[in-house]
Amino acid sequence: MKSLRLGTPFLLLLPAIVVLLATVALPLALSFYSSLTPFKLTRPETLWVFVGARNYVNAFTDPVFWAAFGRTVLLLTVALNLEMLLGLGLALLMERVTRGQRLLRTLMMFPMMFSPILVGFQFKFMFNDNVGLINNALQSLGITDAAIPWLINGTLAFIAIVTAEVWSSTPVFAILILAGLLAMPREPIEAAKVDGCTPWQSFRYVTWPFIMPFAYIAMTIRSLDVGRAYDIVKIMTDGGPARRTELIWTLVARTAYSDARMGAANAMAYASIALSIVFTVYFFRKLAAARTQIAAEW
Amino acid sequence: MTRNESSRIWGRLAAVAHAVGLGLALLVICLPGVWIVLSSLRPTVEIMAKPPVWIPRQLTLEAYTSMFGAVGQGGVPVWDYFRNSLIISVTSTVIAIAIGMAGGYAFARFRFRGKSAFFLGLMLSRTVPGISLSLPLFIIYARLGIIDTHFALIITYVALNVPFTIWLIDGFFRQVPRDLAEAAQIDGCTRWQAFWQVEFPLAGPGIASAAIFAFMTSWNEFALASQLTRSVNSKTLPVGLLDYTSEFTIDWRGMCALAVVMIAPAFALTFVIQKRLVAGLTFGAVKG
Repeated sequence: MKSLRLGTPFLLLLPAIVVLLATVALPLALSFYSSLTPFKLTRPETLWVFVGARNYVNAFTDPVFWAAFGRTVLLLTVALNLEMLLGLGLALLMERVTRGQRLLRTLMMFPMMFSPILVGFQFKFMFNDNVGLINNALQSLGITDAAIPWLINGTLAFIAIVTAEVWSSTPVFAILILAGLLAMPREPIEAAKVDGCTPWQSFRYVTWPFIMPFAYIAMTIRSLDVGRAYDIVKIMTDGGPARRTELIWTLVARTAYSDARMGAANAMAYASIALSIVFTVYFFRKLAAARTQIAAEW
Repeated sequence: MTRNESSRIWGRLAAVAHAVGLGLALLVICLPGVWIVLSSLRPTVEIMAKPPVWIPRQLTLEAYTSMFGAVGQGGVPVWDYFRNSLIISVTSTVIAIAIGMAGGYAFARFRFRGKSAFFLGLMLSRTVPGISLSLPLFIIYARLGIIDTHFALIITYVALNVPFTIWLIDGFFRQVPRDLAEAAQIDGCTRWQAFWQVEFPLAGPGIASAAIFAFMTSWNEFALASQLTRSVNSKTLPVGLLDYTSEFTIDWRGMCALAVVMIAPAFALTFVIQKRLVAGLTFGAVKG
């Protein structure tokens, strides 16, 4: 009976362990090994040549790699901050709605149903310089006569990609922060009002600390999946024009499949995995800290 | 102006500002989707017109009929992609839920060594970006000869979905009080019977929403599918959508129609879980 008790959870988890070992852990081990070889898809025998850290050294001394890496970090920072701010704003607007809040919440979840590839397509269509909604609107309103080359100019394309990213992920923040606002006890705010706090002060020192954990849950969920920005960029610009919107993920895909340099691509892929893990762990720890703070104060 | 009056005016102004802000936000949220649906129903000349035509003059279902016609619009075999997407998403969801139920139950009901480390490992396996994971999978699947098969994508999506399903289902089983199953066991059920007749029905709505979540992940996945599929044998809809853009002239209307076809199941399912989730959360069987 005793051995059965020890064995049951393990048996129940066994299928999950097997699947994850076979399709995540083992492949990652292989990809780590192949990042130490000059492996090319066109020449399979190169998988057995060991070159040590040469791929990593090459990647880390390549300005193209650092440009893509820096741009990825910039995109994530700008997008996550904007999503956080807009999500907070949206949640505060929604909280004050008295009638039809459920319908509005459903509408608010609308972008979450779109797959990243669809989000990318949709904004590719809207930002198109010739038939796009945005240029058409700007021209009809007489703001500009020229067709703004949204996806052709490097900076504008970056803005377009950030817009797509923010549009698709703001609802995640809004819904979780709204859940936090609705769960918040009323008394502390009343007390702050009685004590003569301005609305800003009571928001900053009462509401804000309370909804922090909810915001960090959203951040953590979101950072688990940062790599999906690849889909959006792939369909909108494919890293172009002339690599001005190249992110680390499009660079990995290009090196691996267009240039067939699998070894080098795997080295870069490890850099991208490290990036995701750093983002996730960072927010996870922030989440834990915010939770203990709340627990201590309330 | 008395103080009373001015504060009433300020209150009214704040209400108006609130309504305007909310309206603008909802416009930004909904407009892109509405625009896609509208564009799929308009003749191409209207989409391309300069100066732009804002109010549609005629609406047709031509894009849809030609898309699902014999060869498909512009030679893109939409039916095949749709079938592949459906087979792959449904199968991988069923398997992922079965595995996730076992794993989630283990997490919710048992204490064992290395539990939190194991949970962390699950989450970390989810952080690997799809495109990075696709490289070694491509090498392995090519060696095994299962590139461009349903099987390859199904097994990959199962792995993609297992961590999150375990997380969600763990939470739903935790909400079912432990006493219920114990009471059933005292009444003579085996543990197996107690699970299926007491705990499973109670956690059912939650499990259903986890299933829908998994289905949507598989249905929407692109980074892995774009590398692990090659032909109509296994290409899914997201990969098919990209086929349209690689043509010389982009058929905006056709792409919009395909986008609507892709979003429709997700739209329907989200409405279904909303109702079931509310039902599931208000399903208190034991009080106190």
